[in-house]
Amino acid sequence: MHHFSLRAILLATAVSLAPAAYAATPADTLVVAAQIDDIISLDPGQSFEFSGNDVDNNLYDRLVDFDPLDLEAGFKPSLAEAWEVSEDGKTITLTMREGVKFHSGNPVRAEDAAWSLQRAVKLNKSPAFILNQFGFTPENVEEMVSFDGNKVILKLDQPYAQSFVLNCLASNVAGVVDKETVMGHVEGEDFGNTWLSTNEAGSGPYTLQAWRPNEAVQFVAFDDYWQGAPVMKRVIVRHVQESSAQRLLLEQGDIDVARNLTPTDVDGISGNDKLAVNTEPRGRILYMGLSQKDPLLSKPEVIEAMKYLVDYAGIEGSFLKGQFKTHQNFLPEGYLGASDENPWTYDVEKAKKILTDAGITSGTVKTLVRDIREYVDIAQTLQGSMAQAGLTLEIQQMTGAQVLDAYRARSVPIFIGEWGPDYADPNTNASTFAYNPNNADDAKLSQLAWRNSWAVPEEMNKATVAATLEGDTDKRVQMYLDIQKQYREIAPIIPLFQRIEQAGMQKNIKNWTAGGSVASVYYRQVTKE
Amino acid sequence: MTDTDMANTGGQGSLPPTKGGLPKAGRSRLRRRATSIGGLALSLALTLLGLLLVTFIIGRVMPIDPVLKVVGERATQVQYDAAYQAMGLDRPLWDQFLRYMGEVLRGDFGRSISTGHPVAEDLRRVFPATFELALLGTLIGVCVGVPLGVIAAARRGGWIDQIARVVALVGYSMPIFWLGLMGLLLFYGILGWVGGPGRQGIIFDGMVPTVTGMILIDSLLAGDWGAFRDAFSHIILPASLLGYFSLAYISRMTRSFMLEQLSAEYVTTARVKGLSERRVVWGHAFRNIMVPLITVIALSFGSLLEGSVLTEIVFSWPGIGQYITKALLAGDMNAVLGGTVLIGTCFVALNLLSDILYRVLDPRAK
Repeated sequence: MHHFSLRAILLATAVSLAPAAYAATPADTLVVAAQIDDIISLDPGQSFEFSGNDVDNNLYDRLVDFDPLDLEAGFKPSLAEAWEVSEDGKTITLTMREGVKFHSGNPVRAEDAAWSLQRAVKLNKSPAFILNQFGFTPENVEEMVSFDGNKVILKLDQPYAQSFVLNCLASNVAGVVDKETVMGHVEGEDFGNTWLSTNEAGSGPYTLQAWRPNEAVQFVAFDDYWQGAPVMKRVIVRHVQESSAQRLLLEQGDIDVARNLTPTDVDGISGNDKLAVNTEPRGRILYMGLSQKDPLLSKPEVIEAMKYLVDYAGIEGSFLKGQFKTHQNFLPEGYLGASDENPWTYDVEKAKKILTDAGITSGTVKTLVRDIREYVDIAQTLQGSMAQAGLTLEIQQMTGAQVLDAYRARSVPIFIGEWGPDYADPNTNASTFAYNPNNADDAKLSQLAWRNSWAVPEEMNKATVAATLEGDTDKRVQMYLDIQKQYREIAPIIPLFQRIEQAGMQKNIKNWTAGGSVASVYYRQVTKE
Repeated sequence: MTDTDMANTGGQGSLPPTKGGLPKAGRSRLRRRATSIGGLALSLALTLLGLLLVTFIIGRVMPIDPVLKVVGERATQVQYDAAYQAMGLDRPLWDQFLRYMGEVLRGDFGRSISTGHPVAEDLRRVFPATFELALLGTLIGVCVGVPLGVIAAARRGGWIDQIARVVALVGYSMPIFWLGLMGLLLFYGILGWVGGPGRQGIIFDGMVPTVTGMILIDSLLAGDWGAFRDAFSHIILPASLLGYFSLAYISRMTRSFMLEQLSAEYVTTARVKGLSERRVVWGHAFRNIMVPLITVIALSFGSLLEGSVLTEIVFSWPGIGQYITKALLAGDMNAVLGGTVLIGTCFVALNLLSDILYRVLDPRAK
């Protein structure tokens, strides 16, 4: 009877369908499979999730932006075609590009750009801090951010480095929204947030056709885009949770790009001559945080020894294969001031010697690990190497929300997890790894240094702040290299790996980029051969 | 959430004890009907209220912080506190519940924090997807499972019985996740007979106007055969899989109901009287198991309506199972409560439906 039911299904499908051949997607349509269930809002003033920013990056323009085909070059003019900094370094004046239109047909004015920044600050959602770093508050922002004719004028509370300010203006929260359109949808004091969460009012290369949560986002090209209409007239991003399902869709030709393939599935498609794999370093850093509240982990010798107890090459070559690469600095490759020095190797004997020299022969740490396979695997290999050095690690697996709760309460002894940069400037990571202005329990800061109860040396705190004020970019780079050098020597929050994104795609897809380490995905330059 | 207590709620109000032949039958029947409708509405309201209360309390005591989902892990304490207050979490629990109930009574289920959309809108989108799948799955389960169970009972110990047992056992024990992936690999990946993960092919996405939200029906309404074929090719594999699982359950229950009837005295009498085996089995025994069988089928359908999370994940099916699970993990209580009310209502409605079918099929209930 089993056979009967199968035969019935086969018969029914065979009758109703012609046998499907390898079906390519339409030539002017880009179809992407990805995990997009993290989107909770499309409002650039609110979106702070990877997938939400991926959507916004294509709906909105910013005053400055990256060139998707040359991310290394850093920010370039976009809606602002030029800018100048005042003598005292505390005022930046940006000149708007003429003739640019929003999707509504309204012209993009300096007024819109200024209002967008004011709005993001007043809305005060998670990403607002990126702008607030320049001294903006909901109360003063109308005075600090203003416009005059076709110029946007930013007043800063300190003479910040131009690169710092403009890198922040390239971030998603600084997306320019169509004031007139949004004003028509304001409810109470929400600055149009409710409406913009599920709709858009941008000037970017694509317009939003539909967003169905946990299902799909559909874009249609904006033909009047100021940099020329995109080649792909439609972009469809489908939520496909499972790597194996993404792979099947790719192999059948039903999608063009699969963004969440596991190492196994990447291996699986590597022999397929219709498909290619695009490898790109992303900004996320996988790190190990040693809580300085723990009596054992706060000993400098233990911190030093732990750096030699991670099997970098082994982990990189096995369960993180193709997903992460060894990277022992808090600035990811692709960032201003990034360092490629990776001094530590897996060396149990050395770790043992450091510990015994300090008179440490045993000790136990109990920790919480988020129930993500990679983290648990790392914790378990660490458990093994720590045991060889005489230390016992007890691991308790928990959900992400539970571990985060404990981490925010500073009660995770060894935290294994990832940190993603919030904007394209080195300060985004320096200010969290190497900066902690108040190590008191009741300060409740969000810095990683605070969460690991690490009282950052005053000298390093000062250096981190000073680097945001250095106007000379070359000097600024050197400052970050210096901070990272000292950081490597003493810090208990140890960067281990940098994220790599491997996207599987049809061979005919050209110019794909997920945004590298500094930005989000761009679709406008993608073509099909 | 399979709430077996609910199996009674619809019934007690709507099945008044029958005392035939009273003189004022007409008026009293009217009165009885009125009380039965009133009783039904009351029991429905109480059931849903209880369901809401329990879910609400579970949602508040579980160790997940919904504020973090809203503000993200980098939020400052000020932003966190602002969101905490905006979500009303600073108020006492009873106050929160009363406020929520007030909004629900006004038809407002609030906004989901994990999708940013109003919950009612989300449910209108995800529920039809699950409903369509569950309906087709149950249909397959019934059309195959019932005859299989009857034949297995009639030829107890025969080869069909043995095969049916193995089929049911495999259906119970095989992980649906694995079976789904293997099904996709074979029928989509290798043979190319069915559509891949998702409800529709890319080309048809958004082409058929949404009326019911069930793509099979919407495409028929629009008269678009291409879209119908496409949707059918996508739904048939997950529906067959769910059908297989409900088949396993339905066939085993049918078999045991039938065995009970076939050993009853009236069956022996019928056989002694020389009735053909076919008439004994289908005409007498099967007619008598229809009433309990309806309960089994309704419950099986109900459990599919809750949404099979794993099936939905494997087949990228945007249904209510994934929706509620995701909401629960994010502490998104508006979405969880909205989904719970909907599924609770479905169970009550299914019970009501089986009550009505009882009366049609069971002569004693008339």
